[in-house]
Amino acid sequence: MNTKGKNKSIVEFWVGIFLLLGIAGLVFLAFQVSGLTQKSMSHGYVLKANFDNVGGLKVRAPVQIAGVVVGRVTNIELNAQTYQAEATLLIYDQYTVPNDSTASILTQGLLGSNYLGITPGYSTVSYQAGNVIQRTNSALILEQLIGQFLFNMKK
Amino acid sequence: MLSMVQRIQSLGAAGIHFVERVGEAGLVLLGAIFKKPNLHKSFPLLIQQIYMVGFLSLPIIIVAGSFIGMVLALQGYNILEKFAAADELGPLVALSVARELGPVVTGLLFAGRAGSSLTAEIGLMKATDQLSSMELMAVDPLQRVVAPRFWAGFYSLPLLTIVFSMFSIFGAYAVGVDWIGLDAGSFWSNMQASVDFRIDIVNGIIKSIVFGFFTTWIAVYQGYACVPTSEGISHATTRTVVFSSLVILGLDFVLTAMMMGGW
Repeated sequence: MNTKGKNKSIVEFWVGIFLLLGIAGLVFLAFQVSGLTQKSMSHGYVLKANFDNVGGLKVRAPVQIAGVVVGRVTNIELNAQTYQAEATLLIYDQYTVPNDSTASILTQGLLGSNYLGITPGYSTVSYQAGNVIQRTNSALILEQLIGQFLFNMKK
Repeated sequence: MLSMVQRIQSLGAAGIHFVERVGEAGLVLLGAIFKKPNLHKSFPLLIQQIYMVGFLSLPIIIVAGSFIGMVLALQGYNILEKFAAADELGPLVALSVARELGPVVTGLLFAGRAGSSLTAEIGLMKATDQLSSMELMAVDPLQRVVAPRFWAGFYSLPLLTIVFSMFSIFGAYAVGVDWIGLDAGSFWSNMQASVDFRIDIVNGIIKSIVFGFFTTWIAVYQGYACVPTSEGISHATTRTVVFSSLVILGLDFVLTAMMMGGW
């Protein structure tokens, strides 16, 4: 049948490569595309911020100062005592955040995803790793805004 | 009036012929896969065929996947940008590739690249009486020739689909993030938020397994049952590509309907 003098071990090697590539692809699809687990992040230090409502903010959303990405949101969880959402931010090492800055949850465009914007203050002292950002603005929830608007119109 | 009767008659004959062919194809499949194989002998044959059918199809799959991902990213970006939703490019590409384009395009390419060559190979073996000489030597050609090729295609297509999807997403990343300049974090995080492993990725792989079964079955049957002349082989090869493509597109709709229906 296949009387080609193709070396058998070479064939087996390439089939092995083929299978490995398939497995690597499946792992990539599982972890990187569908996010079965989170990947660890690049170098930086951690800040925390508490919000009444994080809206549609997602883990791995960018943290921006003046539109420049300076970090990532690495974790969002509920603080069981205060019932506030506690966001963990990873700020890249080369950036500092003044300790009177304000963290707000903003939206990219009309339909875009949420990101965390930091409005820097004037303090010369910066936040250190592990600090909690004191001033925060929660996400704007469209339904609440419309509700308030309608309520005020009635009066 | 008579011509009317004759037409109905020929329709009936065509129907009987079709059912006969399907039954024959089923018997070929039965003989090839529902017999206890001699693992010691058939495993090297299977490896050889996975190399021929799967590994040698990798270049076309990788190139096609990358370009489809790149073009999807470019087209998607231009539309999404109008709605200021360019960050949703990741989900757009990942969902369309994992759910539909990956299995379907890989299946079509596979039918053209590997299915046709399987048909031509088996057809030529038949035309040159290799299959009947095997029978004379008490070697079952279904076991020796058809079974390894069938299993090789059945295993290779899902793997090729996974590779295709992976390279499409790399292509989209290259265009969207490296070239257009979207934020890499939004690209991945929005993708991970919208793509579900079970619903999107596993269902895409299930589709590719079904396509692999049918394309390879059609390919080996068309080769095994072809008219053993050069013209017959050429017809059989054409039929392999045409039937496989139609079966893939038709079954894709059926499977999507079943999966959307919460199956």
